[in-house]
Amino acid sequence: MRLDRHVGPALIAAAVATIAFVWATPFLWTLVAAFRPESAGSADMASLLPDFTPTLANFRLAFESGDFGLYYVNTIIVVVGVLGVQLVTISLAGYAFARLEFPGRDVLFYVFLVQLMLVPSALIVPNLRTTVDLGLYDTLAGVMAPYFASAFGTFLMRQTFRGIPRDFEEAAAIDGAPWWAIVWHVLLPMARPGLIAFAIVSVTAHWNEFLWPLMVINDPANHTLTIGLATFTKGAEGAKEWGVLAAGTLLVMAPLAIVFVAFQRRFVESFVFSGIKG
Amino acid sequence: MTVDAIITADVLDVPSSPAQTVHRRRPPSWGLAYALLLPSLLGLAAFTYLPVLRVAIDSLYVTPHGAGGVTRFVGLENFARVLGDPAFRQAALNNLVYAAGTVAPSVVLALAFALAVRRSTRFNAVVRTILFFPSLVPLVAAASLFFFIFLPGVGLLDYYLAKLGVSGPNWIGNTDVALWSIVGLTVWKNAGYYMLFYIAGLQNVPRDHIEAATVDGANAVQRLWYVILPALRPTTAFVVTIALIHMLTAVDHVVVLTKGGPSNATNLLLFYIFQEAHENFDTGKAAAATVISVAALLVVSLGSLRGMEAGSRREA
Repeated sequence: MRLDRHVGPALIAAAVATIAFVWATPFLWTLVAAFRPESAGSADMASLLPDFTPTLANFRLAFESGDFGLYYVNTIIVVVGVLGVQLVTISLAGYAFARLEFPGRDVLFYVFLVQLMLVPSALIVPNLRTTVDLGLYDTLAGVMAPYFASAFGTFLMRQTFRGIPRDFEEAAAIDGAPWWAIVWHVLLPMARPGLIAFAIVSVTAHWNEFLWPLMVINDPANHTLTIGLATFTKGAEGAKEWGVLAAGTLLVMAPLAIVFVAFQRRFVESFVFSGIKG
Repeated sequence: MTVDAIITADVLDVPSSPAQTVHRRRPPSWGLAYALLLPSLLGLAAFTYLPVLRVAIDSLYVTPHGAGGVTRFVGLENFARVLGDPAFRQAALNNLVYAAGTVAPSVVLALAFALAVRRSTRFNAVVRTILFFPSLVPLVAAASLFFFIFLPGVGLLDYYLAKLGVSGPNWIGNTDVALWSIVGLTVWKNAGYYMLFYIAGLQNVPRDHIEAATVDGANAVQRLWYVILPALRPTTAFVVTIALIHMLTAVDHVVVLTKGGPSNATNLLLFYIFQEAHENFDTGKAAAATVISVAALLVVSLGSLRGMEAGSRREA
């Protein structure tokens, strides 16, 4: 009886540990291969054992064949640009839906929600034409434009604002504060969990985005990390430089990974929060 | 990813506005409300509504690529060309196999993971992190890694299979295997993301229901089947919906790993659209194929919304 109670959980723990190890192997390999010296031989390139003196040679080669510095700058511009505009649009719209009464409010809310089904990535073909018409083809602004309005963010801010008791605003309103001062000084500071959750989800999505930038961007000077990595991968494949491939991939994944490990709880809570509390 | 979360909100939405007190300090300011919505509405108009209209119209015209091409109205000819294109039919069929092959195992694994690591221990926290981590990585980066993993002979998979005395197939070079390799990559990438929703969903399963079932003599399997799964129905509906949407909207791995090959074995609808637009410059075909894929997306979304409503009604 007693044995049973301990054997079951132990077996489950062992199975879970095994699966977690299998899940982690692609990343373990990346870490090991990126620091493996070339002389260590390519037959054992797949080995997960770090049986060598680590070297940065693969990273040097990666920086020589891909312009990662530029890719970082472009990606950061896109991510920050999208988020900056979104924070304004979703705060304003979220406030309107949460606190103001106006005719057509419910209909307009559905007008927003449709964006959740018609995901921008499904509309790359017509959106490319619009981007060309707007003169944004081959610009980073063109990469960002489809994401400036966010139904998800609007919904999130509406829910967040609704969760804030009205007493705080009433007090400010009695003191004669205009609506924008109330939003700026009262609501937004209290809505920080919602804003942070949205920021994490938005930054992750746009850091990782590939197909749309690939459609819009032509000039190598405007390449983002994901486009750069795709080009770079082709080169590394051709030269069979697996260590360099690992190093380049690591360069693309590292920033988000580091932020994730540092703020793990926040990340997980944000993804769950964005799903559950909406 | 941003897209996904919202649908849950509707589903799992606990009544979000607790007894709103109606204080009306000042007359309702309609103008202000519309002004605040304007920036968002402009964005939605330009990149959600206009494109649908535009692609529907474009699908009825043909514009020859290159200078001097004159656009002309061709009616439904583009649809006939797309539907008659073996590559399109293959892509549509592949997409069905890909969706069926990916969604079911991802969702089952996600639930199994969530059940295994739902308690907050230090060990579970580490495991959760590992399982969730692939979903934070760009799909392009995952594809780059899997290029090496799938490499014949010296790649990670073959290297370790050889130690077990197994020789693997050519993972992405064999027409019978390639699509399943893409499926494997996708399951690895997404299962941990869906797990988060199940972990959150499990926290909302009433404890006393589970305890009552235990007192009534239900074993673990019975508790899962009769108590936990029914309570998780809205979560499952949501996870299946976002999983299906992923099947129609993410092809980065196909672009990097296989380019739809070998001989269209891994071609998917969105990749077909991308190719027609970006490589063959056949705007008519790309538009017609987009209309078909948008229709599929709407069917998935509306179908699952109904499923979710049914699910939540059963809950209530």
